[in-house]
Amino acid sequence: MESLWPLTAVAVPLMRANVDTDAIIPSREIKKVGKTGLAEGLFAGWRYRGIGTRDVDPEFVLNKPQYAGARILLGGDNFGCGSSREHAVWALHECGFRAIVAPSFAPIFFGNCIRNGVLPATLAGDSVAQLAVIVEAAPTRNLVTVDLERREVSAPGAAPYQFTIDAESREMLLQGLDPLALAIKRRPAIEAFLARDRSERPWVYLQ
Amino acid sequence: MADVAHDPQAPLTLFERIWRQHRIAEEANGTAVLAVDRIFLHERTGSIALKNLRERGYPIHDPARVFCTMDHIVDTRPGRGDDTSMPGGRQFILETRTAARAAGITLFDVNDPDQGIVHVVSPELGIVLPGTTVVCPDSHTCTQGAAGSLAWGIGSTEAEEALATGTLRVRKPKTLRATFHGSLPAGVSAKDLSLALISRYGSAGGNGCVVEYAGAAVRGLDMESRFTLCNMTTEFSAVTGLIAPDEQTFAYLQGRRYAPRGEQWARAVASWRSLVTDEAAVFEREITIDVTHMAPMVTWGTNPSQAVPVTEVVPAFEDSGATREAYDRALSYMSLQPGVRLADVKIDAAFIGSCTNSRLSDLRRAARVLAGRHVAPGVKAVCVPGSSAVKRSAEAEGLDSIFNAAGFEWRLSGCSMCFYAGGESFGHQQRVVSSTNRNFENRQGPQTRTHIASPETVAASAIAGFIADARTLVN
Repeated sequence: MESLWPLTAVAVPLMRANVDTDAIIPSREIKKVGKTGLAEGLFAGWRYRGIGTRDVDPEFVLNKPQYAGARILLGGDNFGCGSSREHAVWALHECGFRAIVAPSFAPIFFGNCIRNGVLPATLAGDSVAQLAVIVEAAPTRNLVTVDLERREVSAPGAAPYQFTIDAESREMLLQGLDPLALAIKRRPAIEAFLARDRSERPWVYLQ
Repeated sequence: MADVAHDPQAPLTLFERIWRQHRIAEEANGTAVLAVDRIFLHERTGSIALKNLRERGYPIHDPARVFCTMDHIVDTRPGRGDDTSMPGGRQFILETRTAARAAGITLFDVNDPDQGIVHVVSPELGIVLPGTTVVCPDSHTCTQGAAGSLAWGIGSTEAEEALATGTLRVRKPKTLRATFHGSLPAGVSAKDLSLALISRYGSAGGNGCVVEYAGAAVRGLDMESRFTLCNMTTEFSAVTGLIAPDEQTFAYLQGRRYAPRGEQWARAVASWRSLVTDEAAVFEREITIDVTHMAPMVTWGTNPSQAVPVTEVVPAFEDSGATREAYDRALSYMSLQPGVRLADVKIDAAFIGSCTNSRLSDLRRAARVLAGRHVAPGVKAVCVPGSSAVKRSAEAEGLDSIFNAAGFEWRLSGCSMCFYAGGESFGHQQRVVSSTNRNFENRQGPQTRTHIASPETVAASAIAGFIADARTLVN
């Protein structure tokens, strides 16, 4: 399988602080027990005119033709706050997004991204704002590059900005690893821990 | 900063103690694999985890430590069954039930006497214990940190990992201590403490941190109020919050169904007494707040940081702490003007419920405001007890009669209208004073305008028909 990274793509700026997961996908759009079929619900409250309708609001940034095919989202502080619903990440992924660049992320959303092939890249607020200015000037020409290998985000006219990410998360994203399959490999270490813990804290163990 | 992780003599925070106790492996950057003692699921997000595990053929590592409740979309109107007001909700309930039974985990089903909101039920039954790690695919899992546990919200995929292995890979949070000095004035409660903290430091003020709540004002809170305080920690963008356990914690838990008994209880308490933050321990951040002159808080905008004392006005942009765009957007959504007194803001509805403020003591405080009074004409008022047990206890002492006589609907337990899932809501552009945790756009209904406050403020507002200060009604 050809690697996604480095990813060079149209980036869409949604420069609002505190974009919550209710906004990313409203609860009313989560209609089935499952991880798919969520793309239509992405930003439903902003993307459509009227609750429950599919009447597209041309003013909302994701609906503008110059941002069609965007795979990178530029966001504000505390992106993904609120509900833990992983549907927010599944919906973003289903709509093609593979990286979100923001000054800070809500912790649960961050973890959900890592496990679903979406890179949450944390950059300084000034850097994200700078990228947004560059993108807005010519969205289809000023593509943003997210280089996970080098931990860098760049755009024409913007020096590469560095972000940090822990090694296992990076590997998981780079290689598209399955978090559950990775976790199962820990079982021997877990059993050794439990044998010791059960004698130290017997009251924790329920029958 | 010195690496304290491998120095056995180093002073520790409470968080670090629990972290070490559960650490199975740790990477150089602090990311660790932690043992998970308790896993809670609900029908909205837990169902997906159970379904996916079953489809992939992974058994649950230890079903005895896994609990599931029906709270999120279950109907709260009397006489409920599996049908929900949310279209298609029945399917979530049926699939959760089937999957929970197949997995052999403990299920608190729709009409089970133990049914209730996960974060109300867990402490009530002694499932969360001091020093344990607790996860649930629900952001308000931080509530349970008030029992002295490390409890945090996760996603469904993380829940699969925890279910299949009894462990979870976790990025190590930063540490923040929020110390509340002084004693709380009459009429001010835990919700106000939390809104004061978040309004002062912002919705991202605790980003990536585990927050230890400390100080005389926190020690002075009863257990139910401590759950309220910790509940709102996710609205601070923190990983979780916790409070060191004390005699009150132990007294609260003793005798509860899943709490240890007899010799095990004595041994557990002896161990729990060491769950403290050492005096010399260093936090990466410290916040101190004096509560002496604190007033009841109410939100005016569309995130919990946009809150002011109930006696105040909608702030001017300069005093709002928001960016221009966010400020304008919030006021437009809420249909408010700067300088308007909150006491002059007319309401359409009042809601008491949610994992934040639906416990017995919450209902008692609201009932004190409501006793002998009636909600203003045209105000829809709803009370949803946090668990079936809370409902029974409230009824045993006659609180339901007070709520009913005052014109409140008295419901069955569940999350109910804390959020809108496509079923019941307060309606288009309706203004609600709510004891819940989120005032996001469209959270409680299409274009619904939410003002978050304590249960007593909600009760007083329902009576007045305007946002109101309960202190003027109750001494």
